Amino acid sequence: MPDLDLFRVLTLQDYNTRIVVGGVTVLGLASGVIGSFMLLRKRSLLGDAISHATLPGIACAFLVLGALGLDGKNLPGLLLGATLSGGLGVGAILLLVHWTRLKEDAALGIVLSVFFGLGVCLLRIIQKLETGSAAGLESFIYGKTASMIASDAQLILASSLVIAGTCGLLFKEFTLLCFDTQYAGAQGWPIVALDITLMVLVVGVTVVGLQAVGLILMVALLIIPAAAARFWTEHLPTMVVGAAVLGAVSSLVGALLSALLPDTPAGAVIVLVASGFFLVSLLAGPARGVVGRAWRQSELRRKIARQHLLRAVYELSEMANHPPSVRRNELLARRSWSPRQLAQTISAAERAGLVVPTEPNAIRLTEPGRRHAARVTRNHRLWELYLIEHADIAPSHVDRDADQIEHVLAPEMIQKLEALLLHQDRDRQPPASPHALEERP
Amino acid sequence: MNDPMQPEGLRLERVASGAEHPTSSPLSIHDMTVAYHRKPVLWDVDYDAPDGKLIAIIGPNGAGKSTLLKATLDLIPKASGIVTIYGQPYHQQRHLVGYVPQRESVDWDFPVNALDVVTMGRYGQIGWFRPVGRRHRAVALEALDRVGMADYAKRQISQLSGGQQQRVFLARALAQDARLYLMDEPFAGVDASTERAIVEVLRTLQRAGKTVLVVHHDLQTVAEYFDAVVLLNMRIVACGPTADVFTEENLRKTYGGRLTLLEEAANALARNRGSRE
Repeated sequence: MPDLDLFRVLTLQDYNTRIVVGGVTVLGLASGVIGSFMLLRKRSLLGDAISHATLPGIACAFLVLGALGLDGKNLPGLLLGATLSGGLGVGAILLLVHWTRLKEDAALGIVLSVFFGLGVCLLRIIQKLETGSAAGLESFIYGKTASMIASDAQLILASSLVIAGTCGLLFKEFTLLCFDTQYAGAQGWPIVALDITLMVLVVGVTVVGLQAVGLILMVALLIIPAAAARFWTEHLPTMVVGAAVLGAVSSLVGALLSALLPDTPAGAVIVLVASGFFLVSLLAGPARGVVGRAWRQSELRRKIARQHLLRAVYELSEMANHPPSVRRNELLARRSWSPRQLAQTISAAERAGLVVPTEPNAIRLTEPGRRHAARVTRNHRLWELYLIEHADIAPSHVDRDADQIEHVLAPEMIQKLEALLLHQDRDRQPPASPHALEERP
Repeated sequence: MNDPMQPEGLRLERVASGAEHPTSSPLSIHDMTVAYHRKPVLWDVDYDAPDGKLIAIIGPNGAGKSTLLKATLDLIPKASGIVTIYGQPYHQQRHLVGYVPQRESVDWDFPVNALDVVTMGRYGQIGWFRPVGRRHRAVALEALDRVGMADYAKRQISQLSGGQQQRVFLARALAQDARLYLMDEPFAGVDASTERAIVEVLRTLQRAGKTVLVVHHDLQTVAEYFDAVVLLNMRIVACGPTADVFTEENLRKTYGGRLTLLEEAANALARNRGSRE
């Protein structure tokens, strides 16, 4: 009865589903928060090294627990081992960077692979041992969300609250640390202690997340929500909250999907859902998204083309004995634009009510079009005048330079230009464009 | 301001111990040596900054100008030497020192606006765990106004020009309301209007009795902007009032190739220690 399953899962009627979904959602929230600071501290990959470094600790903890006659799969015991060995990994990275001339990326790579290799060897040894079954330890590598029980979810909830709360308390301090470490140090903030706090929080979220998403994919939950949130905002508190929300929603949706589809690993599904959000953000994010940027660029291109057209029509109709209507081939000769570009620009300008066709192959400026064209032409000439008088640019180059700048002149810039060029001498008018002069009979 | 009777607190000769340094000096460096990766970059620096002056630190690339500031601020370890700020160690006097790092030292593509950055200058006064209050934001806005950037308070920092970013950094140090300012190349790569704005701020600081040390690279403007000069090339070549020490002879000593032996010795030292370890 798949329909009944769907209903049961989505309404969280199943006790186990509730625990799993609740646990991973809170985990996603905490990793979004701490991941934002890791991203801004440019230490995203440190999370990967830390999570890989936990494996030998898990294996050692299993052996120690077994030797003490305890249950080898006692979760708090295993996580304690993971924490210690994750911390050891961080320490090893810091020592390598501080005492040798190795750069951080190399130190990360070394620690990540050495610790993970050691962990894999230990796991193999454990499997060969005859004492107790080690089956299940591998679940820390890929994650095994379904095995989560109520006490695990409580552990995740408590750790996540501590992590998010610490980030809240140290928000200002972490911001300064991530933005300008040197200044923070000069002001007397203990940057090493703050960095260690940040790393301890990462170790904490990684260790509690091992069971849910596994150590290989844990880094995704740290980086992806934060990176996705960055596309939506230039405001740090918004980014942190956004990363928390994206992390939580990805985990929630991922866990539900994995509960619905049999035999899908929850960790991987969560990461894929998060990647989906990342892709959408990358494309559609208003602050930095690809689509928004492309759209703004094409908007600028269209605006420039329109202004070129208006100025060309204006300058032609300004000439002595020229009728107000301007033919297409005259316009084609003015600039290096293709007939197709010109036709597109003209029809766009017609739709905007700036020009109207007079004959099949001629156009004339409307009244709004004439005002707009007069302003564009004036800006162009002001800028030309400025370049000639103040920037020592040869008059023969001035038109080309002015051509590119005039479209981006802000009103304040125009005012400054007017103040600079015209107010000294109120009678003076901006000169006609050099090329207009050349073409005049 | 320029009272001729006031002692300059300057000395070119070596002094025997830190105790002889006048405690009133805003910045007193005694026998400071700094090494990067075992290679010394500053040798035996002895310097007492005169109070209430604008002081330029000049010297060729790699002369240790930024290092001098960073070692003073305990940002990098000193191999030896004592630094005092108004007679006390730096860690007791942090609130009196405003630091303007090089603009390139941070990633400007960071999700904060200009006012947020200037507010960082108040973090020391705000203290641990507390959020930024309205009063501190007002101080920060006033500092932005002093560098002519009040209109850009809400602008995201990556959208500011290089000169505007530099002014934001200056405003951040001003918001601290320090007595001694250490500025690392504030004039590097800025436009003319920013340069004028910074000079105006420097003069205002001096009128308020502050002492400002500026790592400077433009020899043309040294005499115009600064009262005193430190000529640095791994060691202090000369220091004192601009009129006295900013001479062709001293510049030649600082920028000329006279220091090859010192550098060779430093390299040899680095090799020697490296092979022993």
